[in-house]
Amino acid sequence: MQTVVDLTRCQGYAQCVFLAPEVFELHGEEGLLYATAVPDDQVERVRQAAAACPVQAILLGEEVSAGAR
Amino acid sequence: MPGDLKEGRIVIVGASLAGLRAAEALREEGFTGSLTVVGDEPHPPYDRPPLSKQVLLGQATADTTGLPMRRDPNADWRLGVRATGVDLLAKQVLLEDGESLPYDRLLIATGTRARPWPNPEEASLDGVFTLRTREDAGGLAERLAAGPERVLVIGAGFTGSEIASACRERGLEVTVAERGPAPLVGALGGTLSKLAAVMHRNHGVDLRTGVTVTALRGNGSFTGAELSDGTRVDADVCVVALGAVRNVEWLAESGLAAGPRGIACDAGCRAFNMYGIVTDDVFVAGDVSRFPHPLFDYQMLSLEHWGNAVEQAEVAAHNMVNPGPLQRPHLAVPSFWSTQFGLNIKSVGVPTYSDHVVIAQGSLEARRLAVVYGYKGRVTAAVTVDMAKSLDYYKHLIETAAPFPPPPGAQDRAIAADVAIPSDVPDPSGLSHGPTVALTGYLPDRRLTLVQPG
Repeated sequence: MQTVVDLTRCQGYAQCVFLAPEVFELHGEEGLLYATAVPDDQVERVRQAAAACPVQAILLGEEVSAGAR
Repeated sequence: MPGDLKEGRIVIVGASLAGLRAAEALREEGFTGSLTVVGDEPHPPYDRPPLSKQVLLGQATADTTGLPMRRDPNADWRLGVRATGVDLLAKQVLLEDGESLPYDRLLIATGTRARPWPNPEEASLDGVFTLRTREDAGGLAERLAAGPERVLVIGAGFTGSEIASACRERGLEVTVAERGPAPLVGALGGTLSKLAAVMHRNHGVDLRTGVTVTALRGNGSFTGAELSDGTRVDADVCVVALGAVRNVEWLAESGLAAGPRGIACDAGCRAFNMYGIVTDDVFVAGDVSRFPHPLFDYQMLSLEHWGNAVEQAEVAAHNMVNPGPLQRPHLAVPSFWSTQFGLNIKSVGVPTYSDHVVIAQGSLEARRLAVVYGYKGRVTAAVTVDMAKSLDYYKHLIETAAPFPPPPGAQDRAIAADVAIPSDVPDPSGLSHGPTVALTGYLPDRRLTLVQPG
């Protein structure tokens, strides 16, 4: 599972850091770094983080499969 | 007839952020026809911002930044094959493998590539990198992990500054060479570039400004560089961060209005041909486009912003499957972000489209502030440092062409009119890197000063 955060929208509420600290991490006061590939055991936490994000900036989903043709 | 727009053949050239989001949006809008996405890289769409941050910090590998789909666009993905031309009359995209893809409507989203070091021999030295693709980031991250003695970064725009920041965070010695007077000055102007210079130096970057790199040295492997001030930098890794080049060369014979500034299109993402006539079936989105923006006097804007690629792709997709009266314009206010040296820098509007700035909130000393930019008495941009929550407010001021200095309520202390100071946006030709936002239109009162000798 992949995740991407629309950092144009992100306002640094850090709800995601609270809910899924193994995936989301603050870099300084409000810069956000995150694991782009979400480990299987973190998917549910990232779903919760995406739902809780006040500005709905987190997207979770499959990537285009490598064999796509 | 309008119903036909939901059917037929659509080809998207460019399989990165804009291409993927457009493909998804086409299906979202009810397109049921055949959809082909052509990309010259062998990978499915991936996200680039993490390449200069998480990947260089060693927190993620370059091959894990694949973009998640919002929905499966059910497309035929032609990856690892380059488009070499378009025949507008026969309505075909030509591929390097000799195949032609017929289309009813075409979307061009070929983006940009890293501007290479101008001397190919020097550029091919082992240890010399650019940073744009997954391969670039993977190779560079590997070198950084191996613990080089010193890294030389050429160019202190956003990419160069983020690379320098990542190097310092890894404890690596780094020298940054910038032709302009300070880092980020081309994007943010004088006031914030002074803060950027302080941040570089406080974090131990050997920042050299007002210099150019005249030669890269090495015998097979990079060993150092000569600078225009006569000094030499010994380093074993060099990152060339000179900005980006728009991928338009493949359209040279197409008859489209494609040039170094991008492909010109109208506010509905419809490409212009070389006579300035709008096409009905060729659309453009993302970094490769330039489009007129009413907030900036309808000048043509070229943006290299993540958010613009998403928003413009959605507008283009909508307009590709809807008849004229239902089409909508791409009028989004430009915005971008960067994280470096522990600071979160965010921007709305076009900071370079300014004559004055005021610090509306916070202070340079506190490393936490909001700077508002104005042009001829109206607000045209705002940049926040570690104050992202304020940005929406300033965005509203820009959208409504609010007076500058901003009205009461836009600041945490009184702003005297004489506090506005020149924005000090330099001539882009004095920068190492290219501008990430370029106004390329006709502005009558500036035409004389725009002429650059030599």
